[in-house]
Amino acid sequence: MKRTKHPFVWVGGALSGVVTALILLGFVWTPYSTTMMDAAAKRQPPSAAHWLGTDQFGRDLFSRILEGAGTSLLIALCVVLIGSVFGILIGSFCGYYGGIPDLILTRICDSITAFPAILLALVIISVVGGGTYNIILALGVLFIPSFARVVRGEFARCRHLNYVKSAKLMGVGDLRLMFLHILPNTLPVLLPAVSIGLNNAMLSEASMSFLGIGIQPPQASLGSMLSESQTYLNSAPWYALSVGGTIVLMMLGFSLLAEGLQQTDWRR
Amino acid sequence: MKRILAVFLAVAMLACSLSACGGATTKPSTSSDETSSSDGAATTKKEISVGIAQDLDDSLDPFQSSDAGTREVMFNVFEGLVKPDATGNFVEAVASSVEVSEDGRSYAFTLRDGVVFHNGKPCTMDDVLYSFDTCAATSVYKHVVEALSAVQERTVEGNTLTFHLGEPNSDFMSVIASVFILPKDYAEQATAPVGTGPFRFVSRSVQQNFVLERNDDYYGAIPALERVTFQIYEDSNALFTALNSGALDLVSHLTADQINNLSNGYQVLEGTMNLVQGIYLNEAFAPFANEKVRQALCYAVDKDAMMELTADGHGAKLGSSMYPSFSKYFEPELAEAYPHDVERAKALLTEAGYPDGLSFTIKVPSNYQPHVDTAVVLAEQLAAAGINAKIEQIDWNTWLTDVYANRSFEATVVGFDASILSPTALLSRWVSDSSKNLINYNNPEYDQTYAAAQNAGDDAERTELYRRCLRILSDTAANVYLQDLADFVAIHPALEGYQFYPMYVMDLSTLH
Amino acid sequence: MKNIAKKLVALIITLFIVSFLAFLAFQIIPGDPTTKMLGTEATPEAVSELRSELGLDLPFFVRYWHWLTAFVQGDFGMSYSYHMPVRAMLADKLPVTALLILLAFGFTVILSLPLGILAGRVRNRWADTMITAVDQVVMSVPAFFVGILACFIFGLTFHLFVPGNFISYTDSWAGCLGYLVFPALSIAIPRIAMTVKMLRGAIGAELRQDYVRTSQSRGASRGYALRRHVLRNALIPTIAFLAVSAAEIMTGTIVIEQVFTIPGIGRLLLASIGNRDFPVVQAIVVLMAAWIVLVHFLADLLSSWVDPRIRTH
Repeated sequence: MKRTKHPFVWVGGALSGVVTALILLGFVWTPYSTTMMDAAAKRQPPSAAHWLGTDQFGRDLFSRILEGAGTSLLIALCVVLIGSVFGILIGSFCGYYGGIPDLILTRICDSITAFPAILLALVIISVVGGGTYNIILALGVLFIPSFARVVRGEFARCRHLNYVKSAKLMGVGDLRLMFLHILPNTLPVLLPAVSIGLNNAMLSEASMSFLGIGIQPPQASLGSMLSESQTYLNSAPWYALSVGGTIVLMMLGFSLLAEGLQQTDWRR
Repeated sequence: MKRILAVFLAVAMLACSLSACGGATTKPSTSSDETSSSDGAATTKKEISVGIAQDLDDSLDPFQSSDAGTREVMFNVFEGLVKPDATGNFVEAVASSVEVSEDGRSYAFTLRDGVVFHNGKPCTMDDVLYSFDTCAATSVYKHVVEALSAVQERTVEGNTLTFHLGEPNSDFMSVIASVFILPKDYAEQATAPVGTGPFRFVSRSVQQNFVLERNDDYYGAIPALERVTFQIYEDSNALFTALNSGALDLVSHLTADQINNLSNGYQVLEGTMNLVQGIYLNEAFAPFANEKVRQALCYAVDKDAMMELTADGHGAKLGSSMYPSFSKYFEPELAEAYPHDVERAKALLTEAGYPDGLSFTIKVPSNYQPHVDTAVVLAEQLAAAGINAKIEQIDWNTWLTDVYANRSFEATVVGFDASILSPTALLSRWVSDSSKNLINYNNPEYDQTYAAAQNAGDDAERTELYRRCLRILSDTAANVYLQDLADFVAIHPALEGYQFYPMYVMDLSTLH
Repeated sequence: MKNIAKKLVALIITLFIVSFLAFLAFQIIPGDPTTKMLGTEATPEAVSELRSELGLDLPFFVRYWHWLTAFVQGDFGMSYSYHMPVRAMLADKLPVTALLILLAFGFTVILSLPLGILAGRVRNRWADTMITAVDQVVMSVPAFFVGILACFIFGLTFHLFVPGNFISYTDSWAGCLGYLVFPALSIAIPRIAMTVKMLRGAIGAELRQDYVRTSQSRGASRGYALRRHVLRNALIPTIAFLAVSAAEIMTGTIVIEQVFTIPGIGRLLLASIGNRDFPVVQAIVVLMAAWIVLVHFLADLLSSWVDPRIRTH
């Protein structure tokens, strides 16, 4: 069979590529300093000088969005990475072996899922302190259960399937079976979980920044900027719109890419 | 979550003792757009909605409540034997006359006839004595408890209650004003308060509203307003939107930004918050023990630019622990003691042994946006002088525990207000052994000057000594003093008679 | 039946762990309820008296035990800040959040099922791509941002409602419902997109099943097969997905209540964390956890009903 790439792969790939390129550019160069304030240019609408306008301190929004998108992307990616790696490990072992450890781990995961995330994040941050890396840690922990749950379900389902049973009879080792045979089969479920996870990670960072326990100013993240912009929705609507729009574009790029990859026929 | 106004430290008590401190400056002006509001300016309003930016999440028992916001509203419900007026003087309330002996050691109060509690019971001497006893036993204000326990003798003759003090206490009248008169044998003050004030409590709905009604049995002038509903908007944007749409008739503590955007034709009054905002520097953190480092910080900060950025230039610049409402002590020149001078700041840092600049963390309460904004601007200004200030937002309760109680911080941006209207409220904090001295300021000269002021025989001498205290704080750059934040009030055009008090209250009785 | 009983026990254990974690959280977070209650100028005696009155001077496990025994008897304690019984406060706030969840869930179900089925039937490649694209865009907008957009467009531009001017259900049920429509939609819109995607996928997968081909080869119309078998089979996992959505909608209300300043459970929780008002936080945390666990339990039941292979587990 011919390998056809779904059009979403191209659209999503292009969008994510442009966004990522801009973010990488933002790490080395921004049109203005991201912290430079200008009392004479507070809350200006978009113009030739400031492409996306300025914020309440007269800082260039385009520059800050570049920085903020970088922070948010870094946080979201790391959080999903932590969540998925540990989630896959826990979920696969629980789902594959079952038994008492499965019961205990499932119970703990359920408890974390059922616990208000904000309170948990607040506790972790208050113990380890604020800042980008600690937010990644706090959110990463919160994201483990959802991945574990998905993977566990798939493994529990797959281990009763015929191909797994026959592979076992042929003497394939557990680890090999788990990660080389079953895991690839969970991809159709795992990929959307990752793309939804990215979305959720950005949202969680946003709600934490909303409560002042996330990114510390003057560093920008899309989440902290969005919650800040809400105060100026009346006087500077372009602030919220440009930040929110950036989040949507980023999320859209990645989810299209994930969706396209999922739709692509991988069979050879 | 973004409250316009969180609880300030050393929350304001409604007491004041200084006849000299004038009311805040009022500059009536009208917002640019003259669109008439829905009600029309001609009709007199009997029922109004007042927007407030924080929930009254506190006990309503006046001796148990510690939030400034709760006291601001309950000022209309409770009264002491005397109460403060807008000029900062005390006027008779539950007492009809006051006599103070010449040596300042005895205070005699005659109970007013015909004072009735909101629950219909007449106010008797029994209730007054009960109130004083309850306050002395349960008040959350240490200085009130201490002042009451320093009373040597309390005598009752008919309708007159006399206090005899061992030593004169210039703040005693403010203590009397903070002992609110409550009915004896009434157990529900915490949730359904009963007092003698011009308005009576009707209902409270958590995070929604708080309703007061006119007290028609009030002994004084009956207020013009019949019913006042305080609408709670813990989100500043929501508060503003509701105000601008005409859903609210009165909102205080607005920011310059909000006033600039107001387009409903309301009158705007400008005052100040009556607090001392600054970067408070903990001297237990080694670099800040060095006076030169602190002075360098003062030079590195550009107050005008900061105020321009955060409040369009509104507010009053400060240079020491005193705000302009205390005109008797406030010296505007101190605010100019450290003009913005980056080179000088760098030179001082080099002299102090920090040629490559220094780094520290500013902890700032996250629920009070003006402080966060100030910190963000200052961090940028300090960076120009090679000082790397990192900001850490913490929630208010954590601030109280970590910064205030445990003094575990390097620097913090907050505002201190006066718990009583006496300079001691702002100055006693910096005495080296004070429990409120969170920055560990230790200056024997200051301690001596402050003690001398306390013991001074006459008022002029005491005033001069307090002023000297303020100059010492400025000279030694105890903290980086910034500003007294601007405070704007927007009022429906049909309402008149709003008064700024030199303290944190909202008097509804004069509105009409 | 035995399986269900086992799951119920697990459910109770989860709630137990959650309540313990919440209790532990306040052991770790800096801050003290007495500073909020008494302010900074109280005498040390007043503070220690209050601490013993609240039982804060007791050892951790003793306090937890006291709380737990009272809680299971239906005594949620008194709020530190408001001096009101927690039960009364919750009784006041719960209807608001429940209504919001109900509305959001209602929108999700009513809109996503027909849309999903309609989209699932589409065969045209271009239409299919377009639907997926639109779905992806809508899915990518966080509820948080939908809320801010709704405030801006419907609140500030078209004046359909005053953002922040919540109308209590005690004043007017209609007004309250009217105000909650936009927040509910903000939560529902991204969820609708997710459900549509899920339902389309399920229908697509069913349509490729052998039985559909068999039925068609026997001469049955495609519509018949769709109605008779496909929908039934595709709806079951969707219902399980919707059940999980009900849990996520509840979590979503915390943020949306902030965006629209709705005085519900979420705002009360955040304010109470700030005030270190333990009894209120404890009660809300357990309440929220109960909802999440219950809904997941239902989802589990549904999915084991769909796929008997995981039932043994």
